[in-house]
Amino acid sequence: MTATGTFLRAFLRRDRWLVLWFLLGTPTLYWTQAYSVDGIYRSQAEFDRAAAAMGDNAAFVAMAGPARALNTTGGQVAWQASAFGAIVVGLMAMFIVGRHTRSEEETGREELLRSGVVARTAPMTAALLAATVASAVVAAGVTGSLLLYGLPAAGSWVLGVGVLGCGVAFGGVALLAAQVTTTARATYGLTGAVIGVSYGLRAIGDVSGGGLSWLSPIGWYQAMHAYSGERWWPVVLLVVLGALTTAAAYLVFERRDLGAGIWATRVGPDRASPRLLSGLGLAWRMQRSSVFWWSVGMLVGGYAYGAMGDDVTTMMGDSQFSKDIFAAGGGADLLDSFYAVATLMLVLIAAGFTVSSALRPHSEEQAGRVEALLATGLSRARWYAGQALVTVAGSVVVLLAAGLGIGVGYAAVTGDWSAVQRLTGATFSQLAGLLVLGALARLLHAVAPRWAPLAWLGVLYCWVILMFGELLEFPQWVIDVSPFSHLAAVPAVDMRWTPFLTVLALAAAMSTAGLLAFRHRDVH
Amino acid sequence: MEHVIEISGLVKTFGSVRALDGLDLEVHPGEVHGFLGPNGAGKSTTIRILLGLLRADGGHVALLDGDPWRDAAALHRRLAYVPGEVNLWPGLTGGEVIDLLGRLRGGLDERKRADLLERFQLDPTKKGRAYSKGNRQKVALVAALSADVELLLLDEPTAGLDPIMESQFQQCIDDFRDGGGTVLLSSHILAEVERLCDRVSILREGRVVECGTLAELRHLTRTSIHAELATTAADLATHEGIHDFVAEGHRVDFDVDTELLGDVLAHLGTFGIRSLTSQPPTLEELFLRHYGDEVVAEPQPAGATS
Ligand SMILES: Nc1ncnc2c1ncn2[C@@H]1O[C@H](COP(=O)(O)OP(=O)(O)OP(=O)(O)O)[C@@H](O)[C@H]1O
Ligand SMILES: [Mg+2]
Repeated sequence: MTATGTFLRAFLRRDRWLVLWFLLGTPTLYWTQAYSVDGIYRSQAEFDRAAAAMGDNAAFVAMAGPARALNTTGGQVAWQASAFGAIVVGLMAMFIVGRHTRSEEETGREELLRSGVVARTAPMTAALLAATVASAVVAAGVTGSLLLYGLPAAGSWVLGVGVLGCGVAFGGVALLAAQVTTTARATYGLTGAVIGVSYGLRAIGDVSGGGLSWLSPIGWYQAMHAYSGERWWPVVLLVVLGALTTAAAYLVFERRDLGAGIWATRVGPDRASPRLLSGLGLAWRMQRSSVFWWSVGMLVGGYAYGAMGDDVTTMMGDSQFSKDIFAAGGGADLLDSFYAVATLMLVLIAAGFTVSSALRPHSEEQAGRVEALLATGLSRARWYAGQALVTVAGSVVVLLAAGLGIGVGYAAVTGDWSAVQRLTGATFSQLAGLLVLGALARLLHAVAPRWAPLAWLGVLYCWVILMFGELLEFPQWVIDVSPFSHLAAVPAVDMRWTPFLTVLALAAAMSTAGLLAFRHRDVH
Repeated sequence: MEHVIEISGLVKTFGSVRALDGLDLEVHPGEVHGFLGPNGAGKSTTIRILLGLLRADGGHVALLDGDPWRDAAALHRRLAYVPGEVNLWPGLTGGEVIDLLGRLRGGLDERKRADLLERFQLDPTKKGRAYSKGNRQKVALVAALSADVELLLLDEPTAGLDPIMESQFQQCIDDFRDGGGTVLLSSHILAEVERLCDRVSILREGRVVECGTLAELRHLTRTSIHAELATTAADLATHEGIHDFVAEGHRVDFDVDTELLGDVLAHLGTFGIRSLTSQPPTLEELFLRHYGDEVVAEPQPAGATS
């Protein structure tokens, strides 16, 4: 037990920044819903009208959750934030568990630890505890911020405790996933899939009114009915799921070898296919499954946005607030403005792919796999260019999926099939900005490898500008730092090629600078 | 080409750490050159500079008559590298990695590839993660040895290999040298060095402190002598080149600097030798002498008993 305590302290210490970010982000997710709802509607009548429209819209229900008390601020907060809050805390628990268990084992560091005088299970116990502590901290932040905002206490507590429950449940899932898979990437993939399926099950369940939502941990959280007749017992389901998966994880752990999963690793070809045999071929091989899954995700996510159809105008009310939010769209037509902003949101989600893909060279270098490659006839420039090309091509594919998703979703609801081309075009109008974010990651990796992960701050920055730029009236130059601020917000306004090409040239220049810097630094 | 590798005054710093501090190294064509030294001496750093992965901060480096930093990719087609720690891609099989590295180097010899897989008993269908440490090392070895190159840069290539594989490796290096190839071999396995290397360089703290054939190096260290004499010989203790002198009646035990062996034996003869055994220095002694702190205290005053 003493070893577990030591590990727990060490893990929490390592995770403190991660937890801090989630502590800032998650309560903000809830709190901003309250803030924006109270800003949008000027009268209760207007609010009632919008709430009715929202509750009737299947796409909204699928995206957020079962419609309950939508004409109250609390009801809106629970509805709009809970599913995403569950996902966010689930991802946090997953990262914390994964990085201290499978990731350590994969890199062989765990072997060193376990050979010390510690209980075999001490690291995994401590990892799960660390995830639980982190979830509790975030949960306290959620409850605290909602209480401070002035929402009813019971509902605020329910939303917070539910967050903790989701952290425990998905932390347990991650712990089990870490036992059955052999790489951290696969652990994250499997846990992420479970979270995704939970979200999908409750979406179908909520829309069809069937029982499928009861198969989903996110559904359980929402079944706690925050701000609309709270009930506590569904949290037991979350805890039980956490307990069962944890117990299963320990069982598997006792029965498997260090470094192994439960599935014997499959064998593969003894010869390489000719397509693999180049820097570019290797880069594509490493990333193709990620391109595929991101595309699937963006297709589905885009569809959900598009399927909101024309209803969005009813729901947005006609206050200054909603005009402000969609002012980023810049157009006169509210519907077009909405889709301009929705597209940009999808593009910023796609930035998740672009930046992680652009950071791939960084993780390859960290894993010590670059040395052997660059000791062959493969020049640094070719290796770098191959990686960059895959990131750019992958981003195009992922954007195409997002655009098709939103276009087809809209067309399926409205019957307006010309929207497919219009909305796909809108998505692509933001490509240049996306590529700047990727180029930033490349440049950081080339110039200051230790700071490469800071490229994520670029994505965060663009998000903040998109969400709050107009609202909080940031100085113009702060807004202008985001490359997206310069691009035409299609379809709200017409495509403008000059800024697009200028931003594209910026991305190219940053990538080239990265290449030059990379050619002149030590490779480790 | 006079030298395959020619390094003089090489300096490399990492922040405040001076990893290489005026290193000189010459590797002749067709030789297997041992590269030895304690942990952190700078062996891997030197090899990485030779590969153009790290940039030298000072000094002159020539590899195959080229500049390893500027002409990296072109030079790499003429050499193969085996790192001490092989990291494979989790999603690629050993066979795929061998083909990939081979092709990137400009093609590999199919016959050699098949032969080496056989020799090292390596299953090329497993994926990266599934290989043990030794097997990962074998993947890199097969990839390097099946290439048609002039130079091998090997950084502790046999760490983790079992004794049978070790002897296969030695066989491969013999074949490679017989084919006219040159090898720079960093290793902590002295038996391997003794068996394979024509010349060795010993590093300490970023500098080469000794360089030569093993015979030459042996000459620089001490031979143990046990002798029975006709008379007592107390004044031997102060003779030049004698260390750790112990006398017990007519019997004497001491170590002698090998280069002064003849001199000492001649002096010993004046006491009347009844019996004499001499033990040449083992390789371990040779290295311990260079690895330990002792070297710092050199030159020792003659006759000092330590
Ligand atoms: N990337 C780096 N950053 C900082 N210091 C480094 C780096 N690489 C090597 N060093 C330092 O340079 C020195 C030489 O290291 P090097 O790896 O060349 O030693 P080595 O002779 O190969 O040792 P070993 O026998 O343990 O492999 C060491 O003091 C090491 O700590
Ligand atoms: Mg080394």
